[in-house]
Amino acid sequence: MNATEQLKMFAYYLDLALRSLRRNRALTMLMVLAIALGIGASMTTLTVLHVLSGDPLPGKSAQLYYPQVDPQDIKGMYPSKEPPDQLTLIDGLNLLHAARADHQALMTGGSVPLQPEQSSLDPFYVEARYTTADFFSMFDAPFLYGHGWTEADGEAKAREVVIAKSLNDKLFAGANSVGRTLRMAGTSFRVVGVLDSWQPNPHFYDLNTGSYAYGEQVFLPLQTMLELRLDRGGSTDCWGNGGGGVGSILPSDDCVWLQFWVQLDSPAKAAAYKEFLAHYSQDQKALGRFQRAPNVRLRSVMQWLDYQMVVPDDVRLQNGLAFGFLLVCLVNTVGLMLAKFMRRAAELGVRRALGASRRALFAQLLIESGVVGLVGGIGGLLLAMFGLWLVRQRPSDYAALAHLDLSMLFTTFVLAVCATLLAGLLPAWRACQIAPALQLKSN
Amino acid sequence: MQIRPILSALRKHRLSTILIALEIALACAVLCNACFIISQRITAMQIVSGVDEAALASVQLTGYDSAQAADVDARALAALRAVPGVESVSLLNSIPFGSRRGTAGISTDAAGQHFGGVIEFYVGGPGSLQTLGTKVIAGRAPQTDDFHAFTSFMPDEGSVQITQALAEHLWPGADPLGKEFWMLKSHYRVVGVLKNLVRPDPTGWTPEQRQWSVFLPAQPGPYLTGSYLLRANSGDLPRVLRDALAAVAKAVPEVVIDRENSHALTDLRRDVFKNDRAMAGMLVGVITAMLLVTALGIVGLASFWVAQRRRQIGIRRAIGATRGDILRYFQTENFLIVSFGIVLGMLLAFALNLLLMTHYELPRLPLYYLPIGALVLWGLGQLAVLGPALRAAAVPPVVATRSV
Repeated sequence: MNATEQLKMFAYYLDLALRSLRRNRALTMLMVLAIALGIGASMTTLTVLHVLSGDPLPGKSAQLYYPQVDPQDIKGMYPSKEPPDQLTLIDGLNLLHAARADHQALMTGGSVPLQPEQSSLDPFYVEARYTTADFFSMFDAPFLYGHGWTEADGEAKAREVVIAKSLNDKLFAGANSVGRTLRMAGTSFRVVGVLDSWQPNPHFYDLNTGSYAYGEQVFLPLQTMLELRLDRGGSTDCWGNGGGGVGSILPSDDCVWLQFWVQLDSPAKAAAYKEFLAHYSQDQKALGRFQRAPNVRLRSVMQWLDYQMVVPDDVRLQNGLAFGFLLVCLVNTVGLMLAKFMRRAAELGVRRALGASRRALFAQLLIESGVVGLVGGIGGLLLAMFGLWLVRQRPSDYAALAHLDLSMLFTTFVLAVCATLLAGLLPAWRACQIAPALQLKSN
Repeated sequence: MQIRPILSALRKHRLSTILIALEIALACAVLCNACFIISQRITAMQIVSGVDEAALASVQLTGYDSAQAADVDARALAALRAVPGVESVSLLNSIPFGSRRGTAGISTDAAGQHFGGVIEFYVGGPGSLQTLGTKVIAGRAPQTDDFHAFTSFMPDEGSVQITQALAEHLWPGADPLGKEFWMLKSHYRVVGVLKNLVRPDPTGWTPEQRQWSVFLPAQPGPYLTGSYLLRANSGDLPRVLRDALAAVAKAVPEVVIDRENSHALTDLRRDVFKNDRAMAGMLVGVITAMLLVTALGIVGLASFWVAQRRRQIGIRRAIGATRGDILRYFQTENFLIVSFGIVLGMLLAFALNLLLMTHYELPRLPLYYLPIGALVLWGLGQLAVLGPALRAAAVPPVVATRSV
């Protein structure tokens, strides 16, 4: 058969499939409904999972690493083989000043009271990120106006601030505010840059703030924060004689409370950096600061998110249950399809007797189930959109992120058609086993 | 009703029978586990707080220097006490279901060798335990001289009240009164036992850990400031809280009122469990859809079988079977298939539960879920088959004489 003939046969089978589906409307509807419900539920949860386990910085995340060292004392109240999730200030500054990576930034989060010049606005708190200068270039944060502060400005404890677009809209009606002054925590800061809308999801560089849909509104130099003792947020873990970290007192050197990120452009550099971390730990042990044997980690963004288990358990559980439901729907469809195909035993027998091969019958039946899958897929897509709308009404912090993207749209149809074809295989095979002569007799 | 002829008829439709049984089995496994998860969530939501939630509200202030603490507290407390309807106001660092400021790890020895778990310290000013309404079931409530002034994160020393859940965890079976524990260098002695006092964030902990709280009396100061607990008549609380916030805004205009955390405790509680409620809702949705699909599948297949057997039914009717006989035939058939499915489904339910236990913090499925799941599926099967069975029973005997 040449291509045109094949196409003709395909069109003929499609016609037969549609006729047959029309003949048993109720049964067809049942199958379509089962597929649509199963696909709708599983695509809803799969999309949420897809959104939540997504890459926060596509294209860049593979070069970003999160170094961890273990400065804890030997006895340790929290027995753990993993080093702490954050760094002490002294280690952070040491690693920062060593500057062994292509880029590096030491940071922590908090919130600062902002006193707007406009008397119409009451003072309010804004979420702040205190970081060193490389933050913006390393994380590809897009600037609407101006730029970040320089490393020298940071070291000089400059009173400079980068603000988010939303804050710029609120305070300066979206105008270029570079050079304007912002009063925060009783100090005047000069705006040096305005970021365009930027919100990596998950909020990978500091998961203490909540993993999703969190964005800082002001970015300040870390050194300035250390001098002004601005309010810190996030978590502080101490051991031994560690303490402090309340109000204006900084946590002691026996406490971890800072995040440190590095950019390493090649795997070789990453390996070398890990080596460096081990050497650093060894040196610190020789100095008597570290007590434990070198225990270092260097995780990439995705490894870090995985290790921190950012995707909520509930979401994975829902996904598992939805696929269990899809399985029930598919078994249901297999049963209905079987009933439907067997009902047409007489017709299939006639076609066999007239010379149609088993293969031809099989192909015809599979096309029929494919059509059910396609229609079920469309129904499933509508249901998934409704499901995602329901998810967006939920109070979770990730709710607003639940949207269907193009890849998930495509996945929906592939999943629906493949699942239904799979469900059609057994009934089609069973129906093709019919002996032609037997069915020609009246039953 | 004879079962043997039904079984031999089912043997003719082996594949369809297996499929329905398999569907029932899968549905049974998902149903039992989903219901179990729902019940877990509902239990979590019904946690006993040990405080008079309905009569309590929290007011949170921030945005001032700790040097101003005494002045801000004095003005705020005076303003709050003057609000009509306020029965009492006290300072409390952490609020049940609200702000969390006292989470720390403790040990039961001075050297810090015996880790006692991570607990919540409710550091409260004079009168705060009475404001909470927490019951002291052994030992004594805090006395006036228990409230020490302090100058760091928490008082270094103190006579504390602990919950009975924490006491049982730290010193199983022993009398906790007089026992001591440490947090880093700080040292505390147990003088009273509280019936219940929930953590501010119960959802993040295992059911056992949710009551691991300590009440630590202290004098207000730079580290116990701006976090107030308000008590009023429960019916009047929304109005009192509204007035209280307005009064504070007037009395201490220079500070920021943290409106996100200044709510009635019942509202804070609802917020804490919002994810559990959403999860339970979603599971109910999945279960409903699954039972619907299963029922429709049974209807579809049973209808098909009825159509296929019209002639046989006619013959049976013609040789003396009553309508009831035909009806019962299909009902028994369905009962048998569903029973096969349930037997398989119970095994699957346990397997699924084991899988969930390894990946999520879920206890073992209690056995009584299985018979309940079985009853639900039997009922569903009978309900689904009723329509087709009635149609079968309506087949007139004369069909036997016609050729189809």
